[in-house]
Amino acid sequence: MYSQGLIGADGATHEDAAFLEAFQARIDAELKIEPNDPMPAGYRKTLVRQIAQHAHSEIVGMLPEGNWITRAPTLRRKAALLAKVQDEGGHGLYLYSAAETLGVSREELVDQLLSGKAKYSSIFNYPAITWADIGTIGWLVDGAAIMNQIPLCRCSFGPYARAMIRVCKEESFHQRQGYEIMLTLSRGSEEQKAMAQDALNRWWWPSLMMFGPHDADSTHSDQSMAWKIKRFTNDELRQKFIDATVPQAEFLGLTMPDPDMKWNEEKGGYDHGEIDWDEFWRVVKGDGICNRDRMKARRKAHDDNAWVREAALAYADKAAARETAVAAE
Amino acid sequence: MTEKNTPLWEVFIRARNGLSHKHVGSLHAVDSEMALQAARDVYTRRGEGQSVWVVRSSDIVASDPSEKEVMFEPTGSKIYRHPTFYDIPEDVGHM
Ligand SMILES: [Fe+2]
Ligand SMILES: [Fe+2]
Repeated sequence: MYSQGLIGADGATHEDAAFLEAFQARIDAELKIEPNDPMPAGYRKTLVRQIAQHAHSEIVGMLPEGNWITRAPTLRRKAALLAKVQDEGGHGLYLYSAAETLGVSREELVDQLLSGKAKYSSIFNYPAITWADIGTIGWLVDGAAIMNQIPLCRCSFGPYARAMIRVCKEESFHQRQGYEIMLTLSRGSEEQKAMAQDALNRWWWPSLMMFGPHDADSTHSDQSMAWKIKRFTNDELRQKFIDATVPQAEFLGLTMPDPDMKWNEEKGGYDHGEIDWDEFWRVVKGDGICNRDRMKARRKAHDDNAWVREAALAYADKAAARETAVAAE
Repeated sequence: MTEKNTPLWEVFIRARNGLSHKHVGSLHAVDSEMALQAARDVYTRRGEGQSVWVVRSSDIVASDPSEKEVMFEPTGSKIYRHPTFYDIPEDVGHM
């Protein structure tokens, strides 16, 4: 999500040099920027885009997992999954509020998601086919999210950084519950082990794509680094994720679906095979396996709940009118 | 269909007795009752709080950031308000 949020984010800005220099000096001094502080229009625009996309990813991210709550194999797993999905909803809400401090309304943000104008992470356009997918999502998808989100706790924009601190505190449980599922399956029957391997095969490459395009193909990245919206490049974070994850897969006794994956003593990290960027762009542009389903589900939820929003507002208006009437007596 | 926007609320939480309420974020709700319930669900899923305040964002009066200097600068020059301004011989001991 997160680093994909900067795809196409145009940090172009038109303030005079003195203003930009003073702003950069604050950033370089590690001073946080708060909502009412002067900031370049490009900084504001980039952040609204990234935070909103991050929020949308949390919300749409509830769909593949939410689908499994009723089918969790035990009550323990069901309670954990329910709590995790609820957390993701919470993450979306923290992030929407952070974006709103920059002057965009919640309604506009939701509208941008539902109209397809705003994107969410490519990863949520893949289906969760078996129970092992739920383990893999927690392990890899939340694992990749954590890699991305930890440096965001030091993002130069105060409200985003604070929201990320809350989110990061909650994420660790998500990854652990996923890994525990994988551990159980990989220590289970042959069928269960095969199910775990199959899920890893399908989720590994899309998880690597979560970090966004290679640095060389990643436009506007330099400006975001200079403004300290971003602290590490896409490739740096992807490498960290791979290096942390390969030993975890080995512990499970599973094989990474990448024949070119091997330890590189010199760089002190793993080399990996080429990522299928055509697939990545196809999914980003709307042609993944589940893009249409996900959007359909979000729009349906929004429409089906319209009457609740209307009723709540009507009730609040009536109660307020009654209070004014009583006060006037 | 034209939907009216749902009002914004600021949420403050007291983590435990002995601490003051601290701003934790905001949320949308139509009235104070729903704002409190939503604050509980969104901001206290892991025992983060003993007490919650919600305040309509539009009811908060804030200082103008463009007047930051006029507002806070005068205290910067009043160094005599700090203990280190005063010279007391070391022999006197801790004071
Ligand atoms: Fe999350
Ligand atoms: Fe998560």
